[in-house]
Amino acid sequence: MTLPLFPAQDDPGPDFAALVRSAGLEPPRLDRHGDAVTLTHGTTVVALRYADGVIMAGDRRATAGNLISHRHMDKVFPADRHSGVAIAGAAGPAVEMVKLFQLQLEHYEKVEGERLSLEGKANQLSMMVRSNLPAALQGLAVVPLFAGYDLGRDVGRLFEFDVTGGRYEENDHASTGSGSLHAGTVVKLGWREGLIREEGVDLALKALFQAADEDSATGGPDLVRGIYPTMATITAEGFTALERDEIAERFRALLDTMDGGMAS
Amino acid sequence: MSMPFYVAPEQRMKDLADYARKGIARGRSLVAVAYADGIAIVAENQSNTLRKISEIYDRIAFAGVGKYNEFDQLRIAGVRHADLKGYSYSREDVNARGLANQYAQILGQIFTHEMKPMEVEILVAEIGPDVADDQMFHILYDGTVRDENQCTALGGEAEPILDRLRETWSEGQDIDIALTRAIEALTGPDRRLSADDLEVAVLDRTTGERRAFRRLEPEELRTRLGDLVAATEGNGGGVDLEPPPPDEEPQA
Repeated sequence: MTLPLFPAQDDPGPDFAALVRSAGLEPPRLDRHGDAVTLTHGTTVVALRYADGVIMAGDRRATAGNLISHRHMDKVFPADRHSGVAIAGAAGPAVEMVKLFQLQLEHYEKVEGERLSLEGKANQLSMMVRSNLPAALQGLAVVPLFAGYDLGRDVGRLFEFDVTGGRYEENDHASTGSGSLHAGTVVKLGWREGLIREEGVDLALKALFQAADEDSATGGPDLVRGIYPTMATITAEGFTALERDEIAERFRALLDTMDGGMAS
Repeated sequence: MSMPFYVAPEQRMKDLADYARKGIARGRSLVAVAYADGIAIVAENQSNTLRKISEIYDRIAFAGVGKYNEFDQLRIAGVRHADLKGYSYSREDVNARGLANQYAQILGQIFTHEMKPMEVEILVAEIGPDVADDQMFHILYDGTVRDENQCTALGGEAEPILDRLRETWSEGQDIDIALTRAIEALTGPDRRLSADDLEVAVLDRTTGERRAFRRLEPEELRTRLGDLVAATEGNGGGVDLEPPPPDEEPQA
């Protein structure tokens, strides 16, 4: 691997994806409909705004058709210090997209000497989702959620995407994936302005629990194996993943409130 | 058929080296020192937007002296090399030695094949899990690589600075002592620099974060080093900070 030096007119600037293309490391384009293959899919993720920023949460199950292919997949990732990305859709391309997105932000920061704005990061992700459209039409859709703390405006912000790269900023909460209908409804009913951290965590957990209850592709808490959703908060201090013990404790408290398992 | 003038290879190399050294000597110098928890890099630089020191990768920093556009081009190529390598293999496969070799290749090639050599000296520093694993590669305009693990100085006045630095360097020094000694070596006994004239960054292995590179802004320097870098009347940015008189030939 030699030092990548470019003549001025071919210089990719701070764009890591363009650099990857120029190095010939881009994944192959799918140009025809292949035979239906059973692929691993990730499922439900939610994000909501609370008093100090945003909370992101995702279940842990990945499915391939009717089979559970992974029980402890992470779907919530830090994008950089003050933002996070959560994914639903075909697991392979989704994880690859997150990896490229994380690198893109870090690469930009190092080459340019300053970070992208939150808006700039959301647009960048939108372009990555859009470039995945041919694959999405063949069943390899990747639909992320992007959330972060906007240091310029001192507020947490959320962005939803669709497979065409459409980027939609949400004010209060967002969800995506196969269980998003149920999870989104629970968050919608329980959300109010100025939730404190514990209330936000409980609401997100409840949403994922209900999604898992209604949607077979969404994983619920696995008390036998000790597998709980992945959660993170993003505040002015940055992205912080919640400890598993805290999530387990909040989940047990939540289950205790459900008389016979199915209250509320 | 016309014949080009014959120039002996020895003479050509000497002329190129003199040219590069002159260019480098026009700018201010830079030092890097190992301390207990990492590597500190201190440069004399009045601009706080055009940087001499920057981050390449998780545990690797870059610093350059000489012509800004040339070492900045090398810096960006280094970031690209490191990010691409980490992307196609793994983050732990990116190391300073490989990068320093790439820089040496490019600088050597430009020195012998191009019209003019690059007027730069660069430093690639990497921290390891322990002091003993820290490495500094000092690469010259002609591709010569020097491997250091305690301290190094880059720039036109590197030799007297390095002598001063070696005199005071001690193993396991803490960051404040390391910075004090680095700044004193950089300025020499007759000058003083204020925090605003310094660019300081560290690779710190104790942060617990993946990216070890951190800049120390003037505010933090004043808090840490107090009097040493306090702005003094008629000094900060004053007469003795002017670059040396330019060479009679205009700079390209």
